[in-house]
Amino acid sequence: MFSETRKNDHLLLLLFAIVTLAGPILLAPLGAGYPDLLQRFCIFGIFAIGFNILFGLTGYLSFGHAAFLGVGSYSAVWMFKLLTMNVIPALILAVLIAGLFSLLIGYISLRRSGIYFSILTLAFAQMSFSLAYSVLTPITNGETGLQLSLKDPRILDATNTSGSLPSTNLFGLTMNSTAKVDFLGMTLQFNIGFYFCAIMLIIAFYISMRIFRSPFGLMLRAIKTNQTRLNYTGINTRPYTLAAFVISGMYAGLAGGLMACTDPLAGAERMQWTASGEVVLMTILGGAGTLLGPVLGAGFIKYFENIFSKINDNVLHNTFAFLPDGLEDFVVSILHVFVGKGWHLTLGVLFMMVVIFLPGGLIEGANRILSWLRTRGKAGDNTAESKETTTTKTAVNPAE
Amino acid sequence: MDSILLQILNGLDKGSAYALIALGLTLIFGTLGVVNFAHGALFMIGAFCVVTLQRILNISTVKIDPSKTDFLGNPLEVKTPYVVNWFGEATGNAIINWSVPLAILLAIPVMLLIGYAMERGLIKHFYKRPHADQILVTFGLAIVLQEIIKAFYGANPIPAPAPELFRGSFDFGVLLGMAENSVIYPYWRLIYFAFSALIIGLVFAFLKFTTFGMVVRAGMADRETVGLLGINIDRKFTFMFAIAAVVAGLAGVMYAPINSPNYHMGMDFLVLSFVVVVVGGMGSLPGAVLAGFLLGILESFASMNQVKSFFEALFLPSIDQIIIYLVAIIILLTRPRGLMGRKGVMEE
Amino acid sequence: MGILEVKNVNKSFSGLKALQNVNLSVEEGKIHAIIGPNGAGKSTLLNCFIGKLLPDSGTVTFDGQSLLGIPPHKINQTGVSRVFQTPEIFTDLSVIDNVMIPCFARRDGSFSLHAVKRVEDEAEVRDKAEQMLVDVNMADKRDMTASSLSRGDKRRLEMAMCLAQDPKLLLLDEPTAGMARADTNNTIELLADIQSKRHITMAVIEHDMHVVFSLAQKISVLAQGTVIVEDLPENIKGNPKVQEAYLGGAH
Repeated sequence: MFSETRKNDHLLLLLFAIVTLAGPILLAPLGAGYPDLLQRFCIFGIFAIGFNILFGLTGYLSFGHAAFLGVGSYSAVWMFKLLTMNVIPALILAVLIAGLFSLLIGYISLRRSGIYFSILTLAFAQMSFSLAYSVLTPITNGETGLQLSLKDPRILDATNTSGSLPSTNLFGLTMNSTAKVDFLGMTLQFNIGFYFCAIMLIIAFYISMRIFRSPFGLMLRAIKTNQTRLNYTGINTRPYTLAAFVISGMYAGLAGGLMACTDPLAGAERMQWTASGEVVLMTILGGAGTLLGPVLGAGFIKYFENIFSKINDNVLHNTFAFLPDGLEDFVVSILHVFVGKGWHLTLGVLFMMVVIFLPGGLIEGANRILSWLRTRGKAGDNTAESKETTTTKTAVNPAE
Repeated sequence: MDSILLQILNGLDKGSAYALIALGLTLIFGTLGVVNFAHGALFMIGAFCVVTLQRILNISTVKIDPSKTDFLGNPLEVKTPYVVNWFGEATGNAIINWSVPLAILLAIPVMLLIGYAMERGLIKHFYKRPHADQILVTFGLAIVLQEIIKAFYGANPIPAPAPELFRGSFDFGVLLGMAENSVIYPYWRLIYFAFSALIIGLVFAFLKFTTFGMVVRAGMADRETVGLLGINIDRKFTFMFAIAAVVAGLAGVMYAPINSPNYHMGMDFLVLSFVVVVVGGMGSLPGAVLAGFLLGILESFASMNQVKSFFEALFLPSIDQIIIYLVAIIILLTRPRGLMGRKGVMEE
Repeated sequence: MGILEVKNVNKSFSGLKALQNVNLSVEEGKIHAIIGPNGAGKSTLLNCFIGKLLPDSGTVTFDGQSLLGIPPHKINQTGVSRVFQTPEIFTDLSVIDNVMIPCFARRDGSFSLHAVKRVEDEAEVRDKAEQMLVDVNMADKRDMTASSLSRGDKRRLEMAMCLAQDPKLLLLDEPTAGMARADTNNTIELLADIQSKRHITMAVIEHDMHVVFSLAQKISVLAQGTVIVEDLPENIKGNPKVQEAYLGGAH
């Protein structure tokens, strides 16, 4: 599962599709089988896959990708307001506008590389946040955020007589409809919105896989490794980086559009630097430059965010009830800082830990464990030799 | 005329803060080659040194005074800060009153220590790692520092008043023969500007006139050559990092009365300070200072009503929120190296 | 009239004159060596050919077209490839990918959104890249990561990358520096072979006189930023000016 070689691409895609589609069943025992969270897994998975094309593959660290996510959300909600509650036009507009927006920002930011680029994208993201929060209030509805209203024209939809806000749909299939099935004492929830997001995720994964394997992807990897050589090899790197930037911007737009599809509102806070930082963390936690890594990272973070945010002092006290009273209070008071509202602290610590100890992310960690097991499994006398071969293998694998 | 003067003055205090943070960023970047995303957090920690000192100074003994009652009729609890008990009423209250300037004394050792610990404990291990890793790890650290402060001090801004002596405003209008109250400016902001100018002057003098500073400047120009001279440049750079931390911390201490300390002030200032560094020219200390003041004043001008209504006509209300970014983009498009950047300095 | 014509090129770095009125003419199909003591400005001169440096004055024309002020990738697309003193390769990629990149650059030009086909299905490009590896004797290292290669192999890989572009002019900056004698001889053989089979024009910077006199059909001697002699190899050895330049450098 972790070795991403070119030969078993079809198998990988098939497995990925099965695991994704079976999400409601597989994750139910973990307490993560409900639609809202499952949708978030898919949406942030798409966001991270796109970000990975720019950061993992091309080596450009953007701190402004949340801006494109926000643009996608706003575009989609406007489509819901003006045209129709059908999600398809909304997503098309979200991807297009995010693409145009990233073309503009990318064109300017990519005049510089390295640190300059990161700083420029961060500045752009903050500027976009300010634009959404106050400057462009007529379009974004400022602090309140953009919401649906009964007075919206929705020119393609039949006149709404129900008096309640319409819900998003895919040619009549409403996004928030859920079929509940009892199974082995658990309630499995099969939600239309989730399946729509899941199919988008699989498509997004497939496209990213094709980019990874194509000559275009090879050029992007070459840019990450040695831009000088590429220039002296007759390649103009600027259009390549810009293409990667726009592609990842469109992915972010798609993710933002999907967010609006599952919950039709858009707010400026989606564009803040913390949101940009989160997608960076997802990508490096999973493994930048690998195919599966970003999706794993996104799932991991959203899952633990969900769990950690729910833990409060009562839960902690119950968990550590076996400790002597004084010690219990001490442990609880320390952990208190990291859970509930302190989730961001945990995130920050995790961020540092991954960068310091596991720059290759979970995928590399898994590879290390696998190769360690393999070497241990072999006879003692050729340990050194096999170690060497496995390290070369792992060195090649992420690039493949 | 008077409104223009007022806007220039208004821009000075923010500009000073930008300049001080940008100066530290440039020092670290120029010497260690590291982009410190946690630099804003150092500014914030400086501001929280004030809050901490205030809390320490206000630790009180509680006595119940049976002769008086509060409005509910209970015996009145009288809180007397220890400093008042120790130094007497007048001195004790003066100390509490002057807690912001006094916090400088607390902030210097604290920031030196934090700077030293950060460089030795974390940054040091990242010199040979890619820039992206440096950015990521300091970014993570910024989040951690900010969340720790939030956990201890809460999410709400905590007011930190300036000493009473400086709470009034200075009337520039009268001084310049204009109408009274046409250009009034709070004393504390003047002090902040003067303080910043002093710190900037000290840093420049230190770099110019000491051998240590000379080595650092040479190191900024060409690290390898200085290394060849057999000078232990790394240790000097560690100290440089600590100094940059102190500069950011002091900027934060003195800024506390202007903007009540809150946990996210660091990141707010960091992003703009980065823009300042880039506009000034990466690796250029005078450029950082110049751009800091210029952008601070520019921001202040953009918030003038006349300017705002002009841009509102162009469908750009609240232009002051984004003016810095717009100008930065224009400067970078026309002068990619910034105002005072030199060719070949920190370029990929 | 040579394929590469350098006329009156000057370049100074903050007052220090690195190149002074350099004139050079590299004839088509020949191997032209540029020799001279350390600091004579040889690498600076090469940098002026590939768009890395812009001379202060003078002209550099390749195939009748000026190379000055043209971005590196365009210069390369006109047929000028360079092997660097420290090998510039894609260290994170496999050896075969390293060679396939210039093959793609040759086929698809300086930019192409070529994202439909997989790299592995590009049989024609891969065959060409594999042939290059055979040519430089590295076929067995096809799947290794480039960073794990020895220094000599990295040089040979870079040479394969440059040759994969079918350049008209190949610039080599000390192609044998740091190589063992056997490797050096292999490289000489390889270069001579390429030149005789494919008639690629080459300009070689070299310190090793054994390499220079085994390969060069013409030699320019550069000293203190200026060409003091340009002549056939047999005339260089006895030239007093050359001896003075080298001995003078030792004083």
